Amino acid sequence: MGAVTLRGFGWRHAGRKRWAVRGVDLRVEAGERVLLLGPSGAGKSTLLAALAGLLPEDSGEQEGTVEIDGLDPRKARERVGIVFQDPETQLVMARCGDDVAFGLENRGVPADEIWPRVDEALRRVGFPYDRDRPTAALSGGEQQRLALAGALALRPGLLLLDEPTANLDPPGAALVRTAVAGALDADTTLVLVEHRVAEALPLVDRVVVLEPGGGVRADGSPDEVFGAHGDALAAEGVWVPGRTVPARRGTATPGEVLLTADRLGLPPRLAPTDLQVRAGEALAVLGPNGAGKSTLALLLGGLVKPGTGTVAASAALAGRDARTPPHRWRAPALATRIGSVFQDPEHQFVTGTVFDELALGPRRTGRPEAEVRSTVDDLLARLRLTALAGANPYTLSGGEARRLSVATALATAPRLLICDEPTFGQDRRTWLELVDLFADLRDAGHGVVAVTHDAEFVAALADRQLALSRGPSSGATP
Amino acid sequence: MIGPQPVAVASAPLARRNPVAKLAAALLFSVVLIATLDPVAPAIAIAVELAVLPLFGVRYRVLARRAWPLLVSAVGIVVTLVLFAAERSGRVLVEAGPVAVTSGVLLTALGLVLRMIAVALPGVIVFATTDATDLADALIQNARAPARFAIGALAAFRLVPLLGQEWQAISMARRARGVDAGRNPVAKLRLFVSTAFALLVGAIRRGTRLAVAMDARGFDAGVPRTTARRQRFTAADALLVAGAVALGGAALTASILLGTFRPLIG
Repeated sequence: MGAVTLRGFGWRHAGRKRWAVRGVDLRVEAGERVLLLGPSGAGKSTLLAALAGLLPEDSGEQEGTVEIDGLDPRKARERVGIVFQDPETQLVMARCGDDVAFGLENRGVPADEIWPRVDEALRRVGFPYDRDRPTAALSGGEQQRLALAGALALRPGLLLLDEPTANLDPPGAALVRTAVAGALDADTTLVLVEHRVAEALPLVDRVVVLEPGGGVRADGSPDEVFGAHGDALAAEGVWVPGRTVPARRGTATPGEVLLTADRLGLPPRLAPTDLQVRAGEALAVLGPNGAGKSTLALLLGGLVKPGTGTVAASAALAGRDARTPPHRWRAPALATRIGSVFQDPEHQFVTGTVFDELALGPRRTGRPEAEVRSTVDDLLARLRLTALAGANPYTLSGGEARRLSVATALATAPRLLICDEPTFGQDRRTWLELVDLFADLRDAGHGVVAVTHDAEFVAALADRQLALSRGPSSGATP
Repeated sequence: MIGPQPVAVASAPLARRNPVAKLAAALLFSVVLIATLDPVAPAIAIAVELAVLPLFGVRYRVLARRAWPLLVSAVGIVVTLVLFAAERSGRVLVEAGPVAVTSGVLLTALGLVLRMIAVALPGVIVFATTDATDLADALIQNARAPARFAIGALAAFRLVPLLGQEWQAISMARRARGVDAGRNPVAKLRLFVSTAFALLVGAIRRGTRLAVAMDARGFDAGVPRTTARRQRFTAADALLVAGAVALGGAALTASILLGTFRPLIG
């Protein structure tokens, strides 16, 4: 059960010129565990959607054939389970047990078999709570484990995982991988899409690499594939295991103080915290989920009124406005001094095109149009977005949206840049570009604060670290 | 006014009744009250509603806390009517400048407010004592509502609390981008509209993703659906509905016997 056959398969979404995926010939036997790789835009998610029977015939144009156990996937839906990236939008019910039961009800499983199968699925993924636990009370990693249980309860022959850990912090991601490893039957076929190859490798025995222009570039055991194609894959953004990233530590000693937080807190989200940010340094803020890292970023960014303590800008950052706290500055003034990059890039987009998005800040702060144009063109080129200048920001891929959100914060040339998880879910290429970009800013005398879980990012960039804990405040360590 | 979680003691005798029975009882009881314009029938109805409250496991204090917007709007209606109603019949009670408060005006206002409260309270009681999942289950199993509608609405309902957080995030992101309205009311309105639009776009994107995830788990795929949680409509539930009709009828009868009945039509 769960064998996949693709012959010259291609799919073009209705209204698009480009084929999302094309010319794929692939045979996956029942029980195989396949990692599906490819640079951003190679069509991995579209291929998974096709296997799950989630591409209605009228939603695009198909080439070639795709079969699950010899059937059209749209008619073999009960043989396939899929788990997506975003935990928020795949849980349906308010209670955990009801959510696992949801799929069983839909498939018409007799009522007296439902609850034993729910309990079995929850046990297989190592779910620590009982059925009545509200789904809203779960962490992201727990929600993804529940989504996995919901898929497994249907006993699929083929399990598809579309970057199930991309939105999770490292402990949450580890929980989900453990659950996948422990929950699969020997004859269940697995197709996994995942950027973080090293973490995914223990789950798979075969690697398939899609070619962005169409077709399959490489197919074989992990050793074979990475031996022959490792360098090219790494250059294209795949996190090939065993390849280090160059560090970009600061070269000059930090300059003047830009921002000082004194006993800064917001009960109950953030305990009082002291810190200073200097020009020409990169400060990484670390800590477990719930320690208030994102809250700290908002407070430093002048976006939330402090609950306790103060945030004070120096004259070097704010001139005469240094006497008022950042949260009381007018927005155009704030944007020229402190730039904020949010965890979810989509929250930041205000206009209809990439160009207007970048021009918005400079226009709001009253720059002449010629200067706006040159600033925007420069940023587009620096962040590889020139070809997308006319595109709608909401249609960008994850990496493009992240680069745009950083670029919008830079457009008003703030002295201080504050980023919340800037490298979350990014491919290797975008990741390296972000490190270089932040390092260049730092070396040009800007201050950079990054709230992050990403240990490699910290190692590559940070001059100083601040570890928040869930307990009382802790100070910055050199 | 009412949060997504029930606030009542779940084991109270009437709180345990079938959600569809509770909903039907509330609707039937309210319909009777809409038929008359007098203050007596709704006053009796409110007395009945408050009297059965403990049977639903709702504490009076909790109700007061949950239903205060209702009381505020009631006061608003009385004040507005007393000051501006065209009908000025009856004895003049207070005269202050152009404002003359007459007994006729006061009676009309009182009738309207009592009706509003009497009609709204049953709904408040139902939603305070009913879990959303149970309501969807009962609507499907006992009222033959399509699962597509009931479960779909339930899933969408679960995303509602996220909208508040989303609004905050969008507003902060806009400020960070240099967009604010200052003191200009026109700019404020424009910012509000554009924030609401961004919220809507985000909600639609999220809704679409949820719909795909539900699709992937076989929702609405044409297979007859089974139910994991059984909702039964028992004799006690029928009794609750009958009781609601009887009490509503009694309030109306009392109003007719007392001679205060003023039919809505005619």
